Amino acid sequence: MRIGDVLFQEVIVTYKIVSKKQLSDNVFTVEVEAPLIARARKAGQFVIVGVSDEYGERIPLTIAGADPDKGTIRLVFQRVGKTTAQMADMNVGDSFGYVAGPLGRPTHVEKFGTVVCVGGGIGTAPLLPIATAMKQAGNTILSILGARNKELLILEEEFRAVSEEVIVVTDDGSYGRKALVTEPLKELCQRDPKPNLAVAIGPAIMMKFCCETTRPFQVPTVVSLNTIMVDGTGMCGGCRVEVGGKTKFVCVDGPEFDGHQVDFDQMMKRMSAYHKQEQQAHQAYQEHRCKIGLDRK
Amino acid sequence: MTRDEERLQELLEKQQAGLLKAADRYEIPSQPMPAQDAVRRRSNIDEVALGYTETQARLEAMRCLQCKNAPCVQGCPVRIRIRDFVAAIAEGQYDQALSIIRENSLLPAVCGRVCPQEVQCQETCTVGRKFRDVEKSVSIGRLERFVADRDKGGSLPKIAPPTGKKVAVIGSGPGGIVCAADTRRAGHDVTVFEAFHKPGGVMVYGIPEFRLPKAIVQDEIDVLKKMGVQIVCNFIIGRTRTIGELMKEDGFDAVYIGVGAGLPRFMGIEGEQLVGVYSANEYLTRSNLMRAYEFGKGSDTPIARSRRVAVVGGGNVAMDAARTAVRLGAEKVYLVYRRSEKEMPARIEEVHHAKEEGIEFHILQNPKRILGDELGNVVGIECLRYELGEPDDSGRRRPVPVAGSEFVLDVDTVIVAIGNGANPLIQQTTPELEFNKWGNIVVDEKCATSMKGVYAGGDIVLGAATVILAMGQGRTAAAAINEYLTQP
Ligand SMILES: Cc1cc2nc3c(=O)[nH]c(=O)nc-3n(C[C@H](O)[C@H](O)[C@H](O)COP(=O)(O)OP(=O)(O)OC[C@H]3O[C@@H](n4cnc5c(N)ncnc54)[C@H](O)[C@@H]3O)c2cc1C
Ligand code: FES
Repeated sequence: MRIGDVLFQEVIVTYKIVSKKQLSDNVFTVEVEAPLIARARKAGQFVIVGVSDEYGERIPLTIAGADPDKGTIRLVFQRVGKTTAQMADMNVGDSFGYVAGPLGRPTHVEKFGTVVCVGGGIGTAPLLPIATAMKQAGNTILSILGARNKELLILEEEFRAVSEEVIVVTDDGSYGRKALVTEPLKELCQRDPKPNLAVAIGPAIMMKFCCETTRPFQVPTVVSLNTIMVDGTGMCGGCRVEVGGKTKFVCVDGPEFDGHQVDFDQMMKRMSAYHKQEQQAHQAYQEHRCKIGLDRK
Repeated sequence: MTRDEERLQELLEKQQAGLLKAADRYEIPSQPMPAQDAVRRRSNIDEVALGYTETQARLEAMRCLQCKNAPCVQGCPVRIRIRDFVAAIAEGQYDQALSIIRENSLLPAVCGRVCPQEVQCQETCTVGRKFRDVEKSVSIGRLERFVADRDKGGSLPKIAPPTGKKVAVIGSGPGGIVCAADTRRAGHDVTVFEAFHKPGGVMVYGIPEFRLPKAIVQDEIDVLKKMGVQIVCNFIIGRTRTIGELMKEDGFDAVYIGVGAGLPRFMGIEGEQLVGVYSANEYLTRSNLMRAYEFGKGSDTPIARSRRVAVVGGGNVAMDAARTAVRLGAEKVYLVYRRSEKEMPARIEEVHHAKEEGIEFHILQNPKRILGDELGNVVGIECLRYELGEPDDSGRRRPVPVAGSEFVLDVDTVIVAIGNGANPLIQQTTPELEFNKWGNIVVDEKCATSMKGVYAGGDIVLGAATVILAMGQGRTAAAAINEYLTQP
């Protein structure tokens, strides 16, 4: 059966990995066959990925780019738990169990004027399509890219292509300025005229402090939240956060919210709920990997 | 021969001789459902109710008075010819009994297990009325399950020659399954789209294995596949493709929307964002669909390892969550419900089972706030006692809080099971469709929506409903779709 011009049969939609690149020690990018998602997706949306069809975990990943003609989407992920470790072990030609999406509301793109894009760590990846879309809408893009060290910095060139100015900061000073992203963010807010919008994507703690930085300058700040999720369609409530004192569901109301309204402290506590169990699973997987000799590659 | 077999033999002989009177039937004791031992089942997920033996089924069926007016049929939302199928069981004609049920219901193995019979067919049963006890009614649900479980499948329904028309069914819950089967039988080309990676809807991700084995739902899905229905999982209508696109670009002639409920309700009290507070949907999905109970042994989805759990609510969902918590190893599980036990919407059998499994009922109590520690973990739930006051509009006595009656239950997990709002995705992405103020799709008596060729049913139309009502609407919609597609 055909939907769009995609032939749909259980065996034909395989979510095959067509390219894979290691960006840094623990960060990988893959291009995956998912033709309908590649066509439907807009900047800011995410997918839910399952490594296996059976009882594997469902993990949300923001779409970092798409090629509608090739029918592929690009995902960037960091090896943190068992599922991402399994994904990191997969190679070109292997297939994910499933990729469902695109989920979430797309980024609200219009001509704001000057848009500061702040990316921390792997958050830089989902930020790229937003920066690109903002640029296409006629905005001036100023980018701040942060990483722990030079080796962990990703996508710098891609950001240079869409930005008027790129400021790189690292925690250890091994590349760019030795600073946190909030330092240059504050400087940009102090400029006259100040930026019209900030978009910050990265670890929750970074987004929180970006919002604290922009708040006194009243620069509207959009953040993209990466909470725990199960279904991604608004059924389970696992992804809920408080925004402006109201309960919101990240998967259907977000993932992007007005950062000045988000209760980050609650969110961070909720995000660490399964930390211990996840580490156990990851450790067990590493031991298993050792036994079957995967890690000798 | 056992005592029951002898009794059955005597009754059969009496019946043959035309001597069996109503008084004899009243004397047959209501047959208890064999069940897994209450202590053992606390630590497994296997089905609790084991099903009638043949002798039990025939004895139970012989309790039926075969009333002329068959009040049970009036109580059934899909009007199964109950009296007739029960008579067939009494005669040992199980295949015939099953085909009578199948005239009106496609999922007897499911409905026999999960229908709230005590407020449907069994509520109006004359035998129960006579004893003034609905639990003494003929156990119609158990009989339905008995014949459904004996069926080994195999025979597929006849499928009409291809019509060349395409039907999209969105959601693979009971409504979707039935609508797909009925439209496929009419010869249309049918595709079911499911957002999750496994089809079955609430029957798979909500209702636990110990109440409805997943294999039963899988059988129904397999039948659909054998009938030639395409099932496409991981496909989210509204996101992967919109209803508009399905109809304008992909050539679907008609659509059934059966996306179920969504957006779990929370109480809006202090502490609901704490770690350890779940909606029942999340808790049950983690445990059922993702098999969190096997975390580390094949499943990668974690779930709280709770010691003491409070479940808030009194419906089936609350019972399922509480009983799941027991099976996941909780030492103490409380069920906190605002009204009295009589008002609990859960099936009576589930309430019994929950109590047997050691769940402590806190009736006429309601949470006031959830208490947390400095790390944001739940450490307790503060509740308020209620008492029954004046009757409200519905005639039920309204619970009113007792001032100063606050007390704390020491728990590390709180599961909220107080209902769901509507799934917002279709509304967000289908502006042409009419919704009511609660976000439910508005349909007419044929389940037709405001969009031509688009029909809807189940929880997305009714709010929280039941399997049988969703199934009934799937049927109604399928009939309307079949009619719509044969119009010139
Ligand atoms: C824990 C629990 C226990 C229950 N116990 C009972 C009981 O004992 N007896 C009883 O009669 N009823 C019970 N119910 C209620 C009953 O399950 C529902 O009323 C019934 O399943 C509703 O059926 P439905 O056809 O509307 O679809 P659902 O079963 O709700 O399924 C809808 C399906 O659509 C999918 N979907 C959603 N959005 C999209 C989309 N955009 N694109 C594609 N697919 C989508 C969902 O993933 C889901 O699989 C229970 C419910 C729960 C949650
Ligand atoms: S992930 Fe389940 S509601 Fe958002």
